[in-house]
Amino acid sequence: MKYDLLLRALLLSVPLVMIGCGQDEGESNSNNPPEATKSASNAEGIIVDVSDDNAQFIPVLSYRTGPYAPNGMPVANGFTEYLKVINARDGGINGVKISFEECETGYATARSIECYERLKNKGPTGAAVFNPMSTGATFAITEKAPVDKIPLITMGYGRSESRNGGVFPWNFPIYGTYWTAADVLITHLGNINGGLDNLKGKKIALVYHDSPFGKEPIPLLEKRASMHDFELSKLPVTHPGVEQKSTWIKIRKEQPDYVLLWGWGVMNSTAIKEATGVRYPRDQIYGIWWAGAEPDVRPAAADAVGYQAVSMISSGQAQVHKDILSYLYDAGLGSGEREGVGEVLYNVGLLNAALVVESIRKAQSKYGEKPLTGEQVRWGIENLNITEQNIQDLGLAGYMYPVNLSCSDHEGKRAARLHRWNGESWEYSTDWISGDDAVLQPMVKSASDTYAKEAGLDTTACDS
Amino acid sequence: MGFFVEVLLSGLMAGVLYSLVALGFVLIFKASGVFNFAQGAMVLFAALTFVRLLDILKDTFAPITLALIITIAMMIMLAMAIERLVLRPLVNQPGISLFMATLGIAYFLDGFGQTLWGSDIYTLDIGIPKGSIFILESVFEGGVLVAKEDLVATVIAGLLVVTLAIFFQKTRIGRALRAVADDHQAAQSIGIPLNYIWVIVWTVAGLVALVAGVIWGSKLGVQFSLSLIALKALPVLILGGFESVLGAVIGGLIIGAGEKLAEIYIGPYVGGGIEYWFAYMLALGFLMFRPQGLFGEVHIDRV
Repeated sequence: MKYDLLLRALLLSVPLVMIGCGQDEGESNSNNPPEATKSASNAEGIIVDVSDDNAQFIPVLSYRTGPYAPNGMPVANGFTEYLKVINARDGGINGVKISFEECETGYATARSIECYERLKNKGPTGAAVFNPMSTGATFAITEKAPVDKIPLITMGYGRSESRNGGVFPWNFPIYGTYWTAADVLITHLGNINGGLDNLKGKKIALVYHDSPFGKEPIPLLEKRASMHDFELSKLPVTHPGVEQKSTWIKIRKEQPDYVLLWGWGVMNSTAIKEATGVRYPRDQIYGIWWAGAEPDVRPAAADAVGYQAVSMISSGQAQVHKDILSYLYDAGLGSGEREGVGEVLYNVGLLNAALVVESIRKAQSKYGEKPLTGEQVRWGIENLNITEQNIQDLGLAGYMYPVNLSCSDHEGKRAARLHRWNGESWEYSTDWISGDDAVLQPMVKSASDTYAKEAGLDTTACDS
Repeated sequence: MGFFVEVLLSGLMAGVLYSLVALGFVLIFKASGVFNFAQGAMVLFAALTFVRLLDILKDTFAPITLALIITIAMMIMLAMAIERLVLRPLVNQPGISLFMATLGIAYFLDGFGQTLWGSDIYTLDIGIPKGSIFILESVFEGGVLVAKEDLVATVIAGLLVVTLAIFFQKTRIGRALRAVADDHQAAQSIGIPLNYIWVIVWTVAGLVALVAGVIWGSKLGVQFSLSLIALKALPVLILGGFESVLGAVIGGLIIGAGEKLAEIYIGPYVGGGIEYWFAYMLALGFLMFRPQGLFGEVHIDRV
């Protein structure tokens, strides 16, 4: 009897703890990059040992196991393969080779922190920069970065107010925040309705991952709802997002004019399938850029045709992809399937790595061509000025966009396009749409001022 | 009223699927007194094996049949390996030791399955009809919308539940399983081959996992989250009782209907998103008042 009771209590506690912790159920498989098994002769000069005193160390937080692995793997492949091709093709950044180490986070915040702590002091100068690849982890590491003097590049995720470099000198949400993405979507809905004023009386439902990531656009959408008098309903979906039946029954009952899908991983394909089940038109569903990749639509197959998502970067190949195929895949050093090179999430990882590399290159122009510290790289990011010519030279034409950061603006670009799934591939469905800074800036200021006040931060860094 | 029925129906259909997974747990618990925490991992492993074999064998004359046969063979081998390597050395050990061993099996299978077959999302199409239909249109205005996929899944799961219930209650092996569950040594003393019974029961649990994995996999795509859905069977068992097939069925229906109704009618008052954890809260409440579950046996230990 005692055993029975103990067993029942134990069984209840395990899943509750799992749910309570959000995404803490990933496999414990750390530091095992697939390339570890590759032939040493092929890898010479491409994969550099972390203990090499002449190499610039870049930590890689990735998730190749667990419920988010289908989305985490291509991002990690794109990121690491760009670093490898820089070593292989260019001999490193101005001759400084790149070493990196992957750490498996399982998309769990606690594990991300563990990985951060484990990797931050590796290499001759410590970690150059972290890409947490998770909004939850970014929230947590934001407190640590200023202490350790390591910058964070959070391309398309993280705290939206962190674009304010005066308050968040170590955070760089380059190419867009969630508020920007939400504003782009609302602007698009305004455009297709003949103006934002015509959103009056419309119903817009936000189906969101019940996590810091999913909640991030809510303040912006509430503000826009009050400005344009549309009705916003918020429908949270618990991690990992496979239980959405009730959510979509509600949507069938309420019949919103549009659904904004703020999901990640299996939640996205499940949402599209459930939408099909309740006959909600897919062309009235708009996803965040983390809900606009191949793993999100392929399981739903033809049901996903017409679905659109805001996009930082879509699928396709530039010159650098061809270099990756020839330098890495032809030499047996690819991390994934050859067909995966150039998919949306692969390109997201690649673009992240390109920003890291260009930041280091910029920092080298001031501090010299040698391994740099995180603090020196931070200067490089803040002074990043990527031009069309740079992009051409990098072999990234069409897949990277000019960006010019400053002390006060760590985002750089507040515009995005939408792309639509046609059943086989993603294709752009709109031109660039800008977020309205008249709406965004006051929100950023208010939220970052609140943060600075609570944390007792000096906010005058960019005033001079 | 039509809306209420639609919510209730969708909950009951989900509940049948929960019952199916819960049955896998019940089978093993009845035969060995072990709570098999690896059932979710078995669902994932079986579905991954099936879908990947389907891809490998796609150019053969009967890919589905071949993939099914090989997957079943693998689940039998898995059952034999578990019996030989994990259970046999632990005969007559405390139940908690066996439970911990199944935790180990779960982690092993999760990792092994993904290493062997990959961690991507794999689309599984075995011909289950897509789309949705309106039913009861003459009773409720506008009718009740039901997904065809859910209907088919419910029928398959329902048939399997009935088959297993008959297997347990009416067959010789079913009775032997129950005898083994009550007392390993006593069952052995009257000639019931313990090891053989365990292989059978783990094989049947593996087949149940395969069916559950294929049904869910065809809905969601085969991917890691299948192993998490199986956790939903836990509140079902706590509600229905670990030893009862009927309990697993009733418990599944209550949990399925309860969570959907709660999300729709209580969710808006507490910010929503309660569907996933409501089942556990319901079970927790139940545990306080009826720890053996609705149909579980009351154990009285004399000291």
